[in-house]
Amino acid sequence: MSAIAVDSLYKVFGKGARSAVAQLKSGTPRDQLSAKNVTAAVIDHNWSIEAGEIFVVMGLSGSGKSTLIRMLNGLIKPTSGTIRIGGVELGSLSKRELRRLRREKISMVFQHFALLPHRTVVENVAFGLEIKGLSKTERLERAREAVELVGLAGHEDKLPAQLSGGMKQRVGLARALAADTEILLMDEAFSALDPLIRQEMQDQLLDLQSKLGKTIVFITHDLNEAMRIGDRIAICDGEVKQLGTAEDILMRPADEYVAEFTADVDRTRVLTAEAVMEPCGTRDTSAFPKVESDVPVNELYEPVLSSKAPLLVVDDNADPLGVVTPRSIIKSLSYDPAAEHGTAIEEERQPA
Amino acid sequence: MIEYLRNWFWTYIWKPLPDMPFGDWMESFIRWARDAWATGFDAVDSGLEFLYVHLADGLLWLPSGVMVLLFAAVAWAAKGWKLGVGIGLGMFVVAWTPYWEQTMQTLSMVLVSAAIAILLAIPLGIAAAESKAFSAVARPVLDFMQTLPAFVYLIPVVMLFSVGVVPGIIATIIFAMPPGVRLTELGLRQVDREVVEAGQAFGASPARILARIKLPLALPTIMAGLNQVIMLALSMVVIAGLVGGGGLGSVISGSLGRLDIAAGFNAGLAVVLLAILLDRVTQGLSDRTPVARAAKLAR
Repeated sequence: MSAIAVDSLYKVFGKGARSAVAQLKSGTPRDQLSAKNVTAAVIDHNWSIEAGEIFVVMGLSGSGKSTLIRMLNGLIKPTSGTIRIGGVELGSLSKRELRRLRREKISMVFQHFALLPHRTVVENVAFGLEIKGLSKTERLERAREAVELVGLAGHEDKLPAQLSGGMKQRVGLARALAADTEILLMDEAFSALDPLIRQEMQDQLLDLQSKLGKTIVFITHDLNEAMRIGDRIAICDGEVKQLGTAEDILMRPADEYVAEFTADVDRTRVLTAEAVMEPCGTRDTSAFPKVESDVPVNELYEPVLSSKAPLLVVDDNADPLGVVTPRSIIKSLSYDPAAEHGTAIEEERQPA
Repeated sequence: MIEYLRNWFWTYIWKPLPDMPFGDWMESFIRWARDAWATGFDAVDSGLEFLYVHLADGLLWLPSGVMVLLFAAVAWAAKGWKLGVGIGLGMFVVAWTPYWEQTMQTLSMVLVSAAIAILLAIPLGIAAAESKAFSAVARPVLDFMQTLPAFVYLIPVVMLFSVGVVPGIIATIIFAMPPGVRLTELGLRQVDREVVEAGQAFGASPARILARIKLPLALPTIMAGLNQVIMLALSMVVIAGLVGGGGLGSVISGSLGRLDIAAGFNAGLAVVLLAILLDRVTQGLSDRTPVARAAKLAR
């Protein structure tokens, strides 16, 4: 059973939303709907997330990603379609049951932190536990643990106004972690932070995730961020344009829209040895230095330059997969999906 | 031609209209209400009278010298020692005038009416913030309460409650309540949407979101409303004096009749100093709310 599953999910804002959905279903593009003043935010989403996965929804502003994440915890009702959280359909729940589900299963981290300014760090972190009805001593104790987990030990009794942006968002993250839910929704959680702090927070999130194994839905408009933290990425513009791993999206963009996004991604951090290798051919590879297939390209420069022979890419069982040469790296990195996309489609049409 | 049109209008359009009846309707409604709800009005009358009399007695129980020190202590606690000294000096001047007793009567009238006004205003403000329909209905009613000249509603109020301190209190409540409602609504509507959403996302019930998130965050604005309510209440004392409300208002309206400049000035001075006391103390309290203190830290 999937942790989260959505099925033909639509959300249209404005009067005449239902007929707009019917039109969308019959294939009308979102900018040609007959009813004026309707905005199609989420169009025909069908996907599911397994427990323990980091699922990134990436899109520009107005692509419906904030609407989508708010539908996952029932803050916004879908116009049509279903959402299942751990097999339970949200539409079938009463308001009370929905609140209970939010208390026990889903927590959320907000773009602008959404902290209570008059409460100290530890009191803010305890907020979710307070709503769950824990006693004061117990919730403060668990809040302190969460504060320590995100590396804010020593700042427990400060007020949010005394913290920097990155520290505030750590409080937001600690609040979500303290609630101890399986699912974590992160709405542009790092977008308001400076680039350096943002990277630090991404690392910390990955580090925490390796310990905690939550199911995370992460919303962002930054493809580099998406590629860095996402196990799978859904690129959205109302509808899902492409859903896949970072490498899928970078090497095999589904259409021009996706290809344009990938143009300014730092490919050396996302692509791995496996992605830039060429076939071994008939060469004798036994003397070549070996690299693991999942090493990112930016860690290959040094070994590939210091070795006269190509590098041999091996899988987990040390079986050879291919070879990496300076030429193969340059070739893969200079690949411009936006320019080549037209030919890619033609190739697909030819019988394999 | 124009002459003809004018005659035509006055003869055929305007003349058939009966006499404008709104005033008569109001009068018969008030007369009817006086008889129909007599017990209710009596209860309100004696309740307010009771509150006023006991509060005034309490304020006059101690000698004025001790009270001056007490007021200074309250101001100190609310803001700091500077305000404490200033208020102490001000109240000393008030105690020096011949009108200490009247000042305390006015103060208790202001406190009783402001307390009732804010107790009514906060729930109404909450309702207006939660419901757009209620807000749309409340707004013109509040405008009406605030702009209708006070003398106009003093007439029916005196008719319902007879002359004395109670009609003054009622008129003051009507006049002073609107900013309490408006600022409560404003404060609640200004609460950051994302913080409210955080409450919802963690599964808090609407009542809890109101009590734990919205009201604490709106408190500085609500306190500004309380300040406005109290200042408006004080501005009504002179008018209340006209209907036998006692206190400084009676002194002032009496000195107006006798052209007694000295008495009028002394009582006026007491009103001003009382206003400063009430304004600075409530402002001090509003700066002491947790949210306002946290905001100060951010600067």
